[in-house]
Amino acid sequence: MSLLIKNAKIVNADKEAQNLQDILIEKGVIIKIAPSINTTDVPILDIKGKRALPGLIDLHVHLREPGREDKETIESGSRAAVKGGFTTVFCMPNTNPVIDNCMIVESIIKEAKRVGLVNVVPIGAITRGLKGEELVDMFEMKQAGCFALSDDGKCVSNARVMKLALQYAQMAQILLIQHAEDHALAAEGVMHEGYYSTLLGLKPQPGLAETVMIARDIELAHYLKTRIHFAHVSLKRSVELIKIAKSQGIQVTAEACPHHFSLTDEAVKSFDTNLKVNPPLRSREDVEAIKQALKDGILDCISTDHAPHTPEDKEAGFDLAPFGMIGLETAVGLVCSELVQQKILSWPQVAQKMSQRSAEIMGLKTKGEIKEGMDGDLTVIDAEKEWEFKKEMIASKSKNSPFIGRKFKGCVEATICGGKIVYENQVV
Amino acid sequence: MTEWTKHNLLDIQNLTKEEIELILNTAKSFKEVSSRDVKKVPALRGKTVALLFFENSTRTRVSFELAAKRLSADIISISASGSSLSKGESILDTAKNIEAMNVSAVVVRHSTSGVPKILAEHLEPSVINAGDGCRAHPTQALLDMFTIREKLGRIEAIEVGIVGDILHSRVARSNIWGLTKLGAKVTVCGPSTLMPVEVEKLGVKVSYDIDEVIKQSDVLMVLRIQKERQQDNFLPSIREYAKHFGINKERLKFAKKNLLIMHPGPTNRGVELSAEVADGEYSVILDQVTNGVAVRMAILYLLLGTKETIEEKQTL
Repeated sequence: MSLLIKNAKIVNADKEAQNLQDILIEKGVIIKIAPSINTTDVPILDIKGKRALPGLIDLHVHLREPGREDKETIESGSRAAVKGGFTTVFCMPNTNPVIDNCMIVESIIKEAKRVGLVNVVPIGAITRGLKGEELVDMFEMKQAGCFALSDDGKCVSNARVMKLALQYAQMAQILLIQHAEDHALAAEGVMHEGYYSTLLGLKPQPGLAETVMIARDIELAHYLKTRIHFAHVSLKRSVELIKIAKSQGIQVTAEACPHHFSLTDEAVKSFDTNLKVNPPLRSREDVEAIKQALKDGILDCISTDHAPHTPEDKEAGFDLAPFGMIGLETAVGLVCSELVQQKILSWPQVAQKMSQRSAEIMGLKTKGEIKEGMDGDLTVIDAEKEWEFKKEMIASKSKNSPFIGRKFKGCVEATICGGKIVYENQVV
Repeated sequence: MTEWTKHNLLDIQNLTKEEIELILNTAKSFKEVSSRDVKKVPALRGKTVALLFFENSTRTRVSFELAAKRLSADIISISASGSSLSKGESILDTAKNIEAMNVSAVVVRHSTSGVPKILAEHLEPSVINAGDGCRAHPTQALLDMFTIREKLGRIEAIEVGIVGDILHSRVARSNIWGLTKLGAKVTVCGPSTLMPVEVEKLGVKVSYDIDEVIKQSDVLMVLRIQKERQQDNFLPSIREYAKHFGINKERLKFAKKNLLIMHPGPTNRGVELSAEVADGEYSVILDQVTNGVAVRMAILYLLLGTKETIEEKQTL
């Protein structure tokens, strides 16, 4: 697809351009960036000085297809993604059947192509059926289109299995993502262990469940001289462990989710089950540490952990409701409100955390930067525009968000994927 | 005098001191009703109270039932086993169905904290929390406070020790809120593995020395120790618990003369309390049960009584 974007304020991870530029995309690839490009035979999108970021990349979404198409499908999830400004999403394998063989990987990629809105990249399971026992055929998964594997939702508990998985993945050159949670320590807790779990009488999940597993896996990565990526890091102590690991040259990377830098465990007072997430919402101190770690680069990127659920499932009460909230459509609003306006992140840092670094971690060589020769994936953001997140505007099939009714400043105006305008904000 | 304005009774935390006192004073006059030959007043004639017990209970359910009957209300009682509650119908669906039958109040017990609060947000009838998860059991705390006031004449400045599995106890949490609001000093005592984190922030002291707690207390609230806590490794053994935290006659040698021993029931004799102590001079366990009916009558009456019925009561 071809497109000429006029008057863009280009933001890349290394700098924010001072002057407005035009960007010409041909056959899905950026071929020219210049102050003024004039061409007659391509469609034009004039963004009138708004910011253009490299297309946002989400390393962590649940699209529920196959298996729970009542919660989300690749199609509805793609719509939610483009509305949230994402051009590439990595979908987790805890579907039914589990994404643990090449046929399912291929079928997801095929369906995503049919929908044709965003790049959907399946993350395969590390172990068959997410059981934590037998490794998947990693070479085959990679060949089918996986860039990473994870038993997300579950943690690979058995240290020997994880060691062997890391060893094998290193050879197969595929990234492993760990959902760090020691299940025995988590003890089926439904919220963060602290004053509020005591107050509310809800089953506590101690932060230890996360930190113990992160510490273990740092040791595995150190021993094997290989890399590992930690999903949804939520604690101050986890950040400290990752900081130490990085300072010693251990190849760890890590992500944080918007809800973990926007909400504390105090919010659970409402008993809104949309606040039941795993890892759980943490203390104020943890939230501040996550923000600081994003600023300092200890945490590499921002992912949403978009986890759609039906109202029936969420209405089961706090103990029984499944973990997770949707996040694709509020990520930019939360990043703008909680990080940019609070002077935690600059715009280039936003481009880094939401695109460049994510691309780098996954090894997407043609994404993450607005530059000639790169893919024509861009996200246009109006940093000043105020909007309210309303239930009826949600594109995701599920509406399980605690942010409904919240007002944001900073809005996705358009999403361009491979030179095609896949979303344009119609609200003035 | 304080007027009752609340539509629901969900926890003690959100009651004022004055509201607690109003309930206790109202209960006092209803206790008298239970001692009459004809134990019935027409205060809630024509009202329907639905008892919705998602979690098993005998004592609390029967107490509510009796309270409603003595106020002349009609009752429907639904418990988890054998109803659609165990067949996967959503909690809200069930409650909406009950509401559609035009009931005046829903008394709800559920194993998940917060369920009564969520129901109250969605239902028109008054919601009364009969125990939710480990969070709150307001009627139990109120009947405990009623009993203490009846026996000791006051709550202010007394020393209360709550002993046992604090972590899993909604009775402990509700009593902590109520007793501290009325000026009592509360110490919680039990194994460290069954102590919730940062419990001091609720305004209590923590002790692991049962003898010290016995010595200082005017009231000992002894909690039930569930046998499963041993399987979950919270306790090395029930035997060890009984030896180190169980209340027995030997331990009570240093107790104050007017000590009250309370227990929300059902008791595990020989575990948290020896049989001798449960039936002994300090025990007010059966008074608690009696008072439970009066307190629940007061709550139903305050929540459901109309202007007319209130006037009616004054002419009783």
